[in-house]
Formats: sequence, structure tokens, C-alpha cells
Amino acid sequence: MPLLTQDEAQALLKKVLSYSKADECEINLTGTSTGNIRYARNSVSTSGGISTHTLVVSSAYGKKLGVATINEFDDASLEKVVRRAEELAQLAPENPEFVSFLGPQKYADPVMYVPATAAITPKQRADAVAQSLQVAKDSKMVAAGFMEDTTTMNAMMNSKGLFAYNTSTGVNFSITMRTEDGKGSGYATRGYNDFTKLDTKKASQIAADKGLKSATARAIEPGKYTVILEPAAAAVLLENIFFGLDARQADEGRSFLSQPGGKTRLGEKLVDERVNMYSDPLNPELPTSTWAGDGRPQEKVSWIEKGVIKNFTYSRYWAEKKGVKAIPAPDGVIMEGGTKSLEELIKGTKKGILVTRLWYIRPVDPQTLLLTGLTRDGTFYIENGEIKFPIKNFRFNESPVIMLNNLEELGKVERTVSVESNVNYLIPPMKIRDFTFSSLSDAV
Amino acid sequence: MGTTAAMLSAIPGMGRPIAPERALETVDVALKKQMADVALNAARAKGATYTDVRIGRYLNQFVITREDKVQNIVNTESYGLGVRVVAQGGWGFAATDKLDKDSIAKAAELAVAIAKENSRLLTEPVQLAPQKGYGEVSWKAPIEKNAFEVPIKEKVDLLLGVNAEAMKGGADYINSFLFMVNEQKYFASSDGSYIDQDVHRIWPTFFITKIDAATGKFETRNALSAPMGMGYEYLYARPQDKIQGVTTLYKGRYDMLEDAKAGAKQAGEKIKAKSVEPGKYDLILDPSHLWLTIHESTGHPTELDRVLGYEANFAGTSFLTLDKWESKKFNYGSKLVNIVADKTQVGSLGAVGYDDEGVKCGQWDVIKDGTLVSYQAIRDQAHILGLPASQGCCYADNWSSVQFQRMANISLQPGKEKKSIDDLIKGVQKGIYIIGDGSFSIDQQRYNFQFGGQLYYEIKDGKIVGALKDVAYQSNTQEFWNSCVGIADQSDYRLGGSFFDGKGQPQQVSAVSHGSSTTRFNGVNVINTSRKIG
Repeated sequence: MPLLTQDEAQALLKKVLSYSKADECEINLTGTSTGNIRYARNSVSTSGGISTHTLVVSSAYGKKLGVATINEFDDASLEKVVRRAEELAQLAPENPEFVSFLGPQKYADPVMYVPATAAITPKQRADAVAQSLQVAKDSKMVAAGFMEDTTTMNAMMNSKGLFAYNTSTGVNFSITMRTEDGKGSGYATRGYNDFTKLDTKKASQIAADKGLKSATARAIEPGKYTVILEPAAAAVLLENIFFGLDARQADEGRSFLSQPGGKTRLGEKLVDERVNMYSDPLNPELPTSTWAGDGRPQEKVSWIEKGVIKNFTYSRYWAEKKGVKAIPAPDGVIMEGGTKSLEELIKGTKKGILVTRLWYIRPVDPQTLLLTGLTRDGTFYIENGEIKFPIKNFRFNESPVIMLNNLEELGKVERTVSVESNVNYLIPPMKIRDFTFSSLSDAV
Repeated sequence: MGTTAAMLSAIPGMGRPIAPERALETVDVALKKQMADVALNAARAKGATYTDVRIGRYLNQFVITREDKVQNIVNTESYGLGVRVVAQGGWGFAATDKLDKDSIAKAAELAVAIAKENSRLLTEPVQLAPQKGYGEVSWKAPIEKNAFEVPIKEKVDLLLGVNAEAMKGGADYINSFLFMVNEQKYFASSDGSYIDQDVHRIWPTFFITKIDAATGKFETRNALSAPMGMGYEYLYARPQDKIQGVTTLYKGRYDMLEDAKAGAKQAGEKIKAKSVEPGKYDLILDPSHLWLTIHESTGHPTELDRVLGYEANFAGTSFLTLDKWESKKFNYGSKLVNIVADKTQVGSLGAVGYDDEGVKCGQWDVIKDGTLVSYQAIRDQAHILGLPASQGCCYADNWSSVQFQRMANISLQPGKEKKSIDDLIKGVQKGIYIIGDGSFSIDQQRYNFQFGGQLYYEIKDGKIVGALKDVAYQSNTQEFWNSCVGIADQSDYRLGGSFFDGKGQPQQVSAVSHGSSTTRFNGVNVINTSRKIG
């Protein structure tokens, strides 16, 4: 069925709520319509599309919670799912950390939905991919890429009188262009709410250009180097900070934000004072939901200001226990940047390495947020403000916390997509000194 | 890819929660055949030259606890039908959770329409290896106790008991989990197969954290369990399932309570352990650790779709290019290294009777006496290797996901001479004995890797002299496997595995086991991972 309008969703949720006999009841409704095309070896390999609606009912008796879900929407099914949630709640052990559902909240109007994305057709998808394949053909490269568009409707209602609704759209695109002999590889990724902003040809040209230029890579010694991380490379490191802002982990002493004796680094300077990170659901370049899945409003929140940790994220239980505002985890994070383009950052670099993409990022030590991973799909040596030659890929062992203390310069913010989490961010390219590369890789 | 860190977020196609007792219901085979025939006929009528239909009922049960609290009990069911066709030379796929005749026929027609739409973007038509139809057949995992029949209370009591044991032993925190999966899969194809299968998997695990109050330093110790293709009997350990040493190791069955007790003690010992001096060491790797190194450095690079470039945009390609296989003399490892792919190994995560394109499963050599001899292929790749049939490596994680090449169980064969763990340790002058899997990362062509573990013991002059911490080793796949100089015998052979191995776009997970005996590698580069922030 087509995604429900606000009135339709509200009417449906009211009906479901009317079946509830529990102390408390909360219902979340999600409708998603996605389409994707995957291609490799210059041919489409798989393509698909699926539309689903899911209704989740949470029923509580005291501190006993039961959750049941259904994807059928006739009256009998709707009543059945409520009964099932109530049965599960009666069977569940009491959860001392259960917090009563939220009452009515005020939300800003979300700005995530773009009709052109919601109206995308299979032909438009195929045409967008055809443009990318044409670039591969023209430049005698081998293309592998993926495009996925999503239209989502979210609504929730509970027995305390809360109601929330929003719609959103998004498209993520990524492209790898390899030389026919497999000696060069380039990459680009793009993410937008508005499909009409996606230029698969331009992104594919960037990937092809990097692939061609990376084909004669030389090995240089591993060690500490000044690097310029493109936004896609920086995102996969920085998101480990964003995902690690949970107050409970820090309070419990098992986070990079913990201090001895049950203290935390909240309010302390953690990184270079030019680092400012925040989330803002109404940012026009990276709009996100104005409410979280449990009904808490999502507002503009500063996470790191002038290098100081300003806020943690909280579950409602932990916030209540600590007597603080329960700030939910954000859906997208923005890091402030400067005014220089990537080219200008390169121009101002005496010796350094340009990193297009980082790959297979894994935590090594949660205490210091030490991560490991590798460069990939376009790594170049810079000398006297110019890209001199492509270099072989490196493994790195580096903490984003240490890295942001070694900040040299920030460029102009861009929207990018994390290849690890698929989350979109606004992040600048950044120049970092003493970035630790620990070994060479032969991988192309 | 991912195991523990992204574990909860990686669970695919979670489907809808159900009451626990509903998991014991099954769908009538005759009904599934009727539904499959609707799709097969509808696709053929629209011009499909090949069609397969998968009707899946995917059940998950997860019990999640921390310390003295049950955080969540999740029961989910996902039921629907996926239809894949070849039309005008290209693949098309569509899926539906509405299982009336009309919706099934529409899904089949949509799959054909997608195949035709995309055929303009093809460079060559799909070429399928021949596959005979098996008629109506079935396969069931040989489990002893269906985990879904065990009352929730027994599972909750087990985990809370495990947690209490760890806390009593000095742990500051413990998170414990029981993951149980049942795939009730039905496959039908235009080749004339109607295959009904019942697959079971289980993974009990925990993470213990110990904090040093004075310094704020913390260490973790994860469970030494393996995810298995077994029923609840995996949790009923017997004395013969235990290997005694610096810590108890488990073979085929697992004593979670005992492991938690040891884990709490060892997390405390890790805080006081000596920080490793970087340099070259001989490594003795336990199967609870080595499985992940096998997975990343042997399993993934021998996947033929990676070799051919189908994963170039995401998971990457492979250094084991076709010319290396064609040469018949590519030296992957030392003569001791024999690696076998096996989709039939009892108790393994990847064991099935037939894969997700109706190919009967078997086993084959991948690395023979150190030389690359084969890959892992599916029906539309078999001709590239000159194989008469697929090797049966096709899998989809849900009815709504399109099947593609996934890793078979890939295992290092045990040593042929009688050799124990102690025999291996005795011969080492300067080494580290590593138990359990930890941090892991490898490049996109599978050359350069870095692995950590759970427990590290320093070996000096043939003896274990104490615990180490901050250990990770880095190597290159070919160098590493050529440094393999000793493998314990069959009596030490054990399975490890990944419950949530990620691949593809959109990403799908699969579960796969890797067996080995304890193995020695000489002169591997070890780094120290400790740093300071703030």
C-alpha cells in the first residue's frame, strides 16, 4: 500500500490504541519503500525493490513490558497484535529499568522529504546507472557501484497522549572504478535527500580519474605522516566518537570518555579547540528526524564545542537516575569546517598524503578509541602543494581522539556517507599531522 | 566482516516478534509446493528461461541480559517468498510477504519485468551450470534438542546464573546473550527440484568488563564459545568436551558457567598483565582464535565473486586472481597447509543438504599442500572454472534477499602426525599463545591483516611464563601461511565461526564455521596497541 498520510496514520494508531487494556501502550508505525540497483564488471548484477509497513505495539503492566509486531492491517490483525503484546508483557520478568512512556511533546516540522525522490521510477534508476556505466566505457575502466533510494514514513502514538509523524527520503550512491589491469582503483560516494541532486556521471568521473591516476603506485615507508583525509575517509573514523557518546558507558568507566574514580570527561577539553561538532535536525543540508523513536524531541545539540565535550547521549532510564536531561542519540552529526576547498588544502601542504577512503575500520582498544583499518581506492603523495604520485595503501593504527589533537587545518564542509555504517554526515576534509601508518598493503 | 561489535545492529530481516510457542509451528510442505508452482508457472508464462522460488520462515530468538537484569527477550518470525528469474539473459528478483496466489504471481511477473528492464545494461548473458532436478526431497539439521522448545525461563536462568558467577568472580560488568536461529527453507526451481530444509543455529556468548579503580584502566574478556549449527545440546557440556590447559577450551559442547567464572578471573589478570614488547614472535594460535584469521585470509579471498570483481565496490576483490589458480603452482602456504571447503560438516554453521539454488552440497579442496587448487563458486560462475556443476555456495539471508555467493565452511585440516598443544608450545623459544578472537581487520584484496585476541600468554624456552596484554599481530596472507610450521592433530580439531558475516549491497549476513587444530606460525610481527589520550 502507499505510505500513509498523517491523517491516515493518526486514525490507524487511534484504532490500535483503542484495543489496549494494559497500564500503558505505545505504538510505532513505519512504512518503507526502497529500490536498488547493483552493478559490477560494467553490467547490472542485481536489482530489486520492496515496500513494507510494520506496526510495533509495546504494552506495559507496571514494569513488565511486552512487544509485538505485525505487518497486516485488517481490524482482526490489529487487535491480535495488541493482545499478543499484552500476553508477552504478562510473561516477561519485571525490568527495573523500565521508564513510563512519554506524554505529549512539541516537535519542529521535519524537512527530510523530497517528492522527487519518493517518485523515482525503475527507469530513472537504470538511467542513472547507465550514465555511470558510460563513464566506465569512455575511460576504459571497470565499474562496480550501488544506488539505493528510500522513502520512509514514521508515526507513533501512546496512551499518554503523545503523537508524532514524519516522512523522509534519501538516496545513497557509491562507485568504484578500476583499471582493466586491476592496478588502479578510484572511489566516490554521495548521499542526498533529493535524488535530483545526485549526479552519477560526475561522481563516476571522479572515481575514474582517481582510478587512472592511482595505477602506478609506489611504496613508501610506513610511519607518521601529515594526511589530508577526504570527508568520506574522515567520517568512518569520527563516527566512532559519535557512537561513543553514551553517558552510561562513560559513567560506568568503560569508555574513552571515562576517568578514574567514576568520573567522566564531560566538560573537559578532549581535542583541538577548532573542533566543533553538533547535530541539528533542521539543517537544510543534512535534515534528520525531529523526534527519536521513543518520542523524545530531537533538537539542535552541541556535542563538542571548541574541543570541549559538551553533552553525552542518555537513555531515559539513565538520565532519570542521574537527574539530567535525557538527550537522545542524534541521527546525523555535523562538524564545522573552514573555507578552503580540498584542492586548496593540497596546495598548502609541503609534504603529505591524500586519503580518498578508509576501509575495514575496527576498534583495537576501547579505552583510547584506537582504531585500525586501511587506505583504499586512491592514496597519493603530496609534495610542495601538488599531488606527485600515487602510493601503495597503508594500514593505520590511530585514535580519532589523538588525530583531532593533531589537527592542522579544516576545509569546507561536505555531505558524505560512511561506508561502514551508511549514515550521512556533514564533514570537512581535514589536514592531520603525525597520522600513524603501521604497515604497507599490496591491495589495490 | 563484523562479529560482535556490530552484532545487534547487524541482525537482518528481523521480521515480526512472535510468541515463543509459535516457533514450533511449521508450514505444510504441500502448501509450499502449491505456492512455488504458482510462481514458477507465472514466471514461465512471462518469458523466464529459468526460475527459482524460495519460501522461507526465518525464526530468531534472542535473550539479552546484563548483570542481574534481563534487558530483552526477542522472538521474531519472517515469512515470505522470493522469486528469481533469468529473462532475456539477465537476472531479476522480487519478493512478497502476501502469500495469496495473485500476489505470488505478481511477484514472479515483477521479477521478469526487472530482468528485462536491466537486460539493456548487460555485457553478457547469464550462463548457468546444468543442475538436475531432485524432485521432492528434504534435509534436517541433525540436532538433539530444538532450542525453540526450551522454555524461556531455562534460558534466562542460565544467563543470570552465568552473570552471577562472573560478578562473584570480580567482574564489574557482564553482558550475556543467547542467539538462536531456525531457518525453515523451501526451494523450488524450473529444473524440477522441491527441497524442504530445516536449519538450526545457536550462539551463547558474553562480554565481561573489569575496571581497575585506581587507574581507571579497564579490560574485557569475551566468551570462548563458538556459534554452532546445533540445538540447545551445545550448552550441555560433558567432561570429554573440555580441553584443560592455561584455561579450559571447549570442543563441540560449551560450559558457559565455567567459562564465565574463568573469564572474570582472567579479565582481572589482564589488567595486571605485562604489556607486550613489540617484535617478531612465534605464534601458537588456538582454534578459538585462528578461525577468524582463516575466515578473513582464506575464506574471503577464495570466494569466486570477489575474484571476478562483483564485490569491488564494497567488500573488495581478491589477490587470488584466476591466473594464480590456472598456474596450478601458486604457493599460498607451507606444505602443511591443507584447506577444505565443506558444506556438509556436522555441527557447522554452514551445513545444509542443498544450497539456495538447489545444488546438493559437498566438500572440496581449496588449498592442497600449500597450493591454490580451487575457489568457492555458484551456478552462474562454474563455467569460469570449467566445472561441470556448481560447488553449492549460494545463500540468501531472508526470503526477501536475493541469493548470491557466500562462504562455505572453510577449514584448516589437522596435522597428520600425533601432536598436542603442549608439543607445539614446547618447541617455541620466544612466542605468544593466543586464545579467543578479538580485533580484526584486513585489506580489500586480503593481503595485509591485523588480529588481536582475548588471552595472550608469553612463551619462553618452551614454557608459558605469564600473561600479556596490548597484543596484535600484523602479517601478509601469503607470508603468514608460509610461516605455518606445525599443526596439532585431529584430537585437537575444533570449530569456531561467525554468526553474522556481512557481505553484499544491500548487506546480507550469513553464518559460517572454520575448523582447525592449534597451529604454530613462526616469526610473525607483533605490535603493542596501548596508547594514551587526554
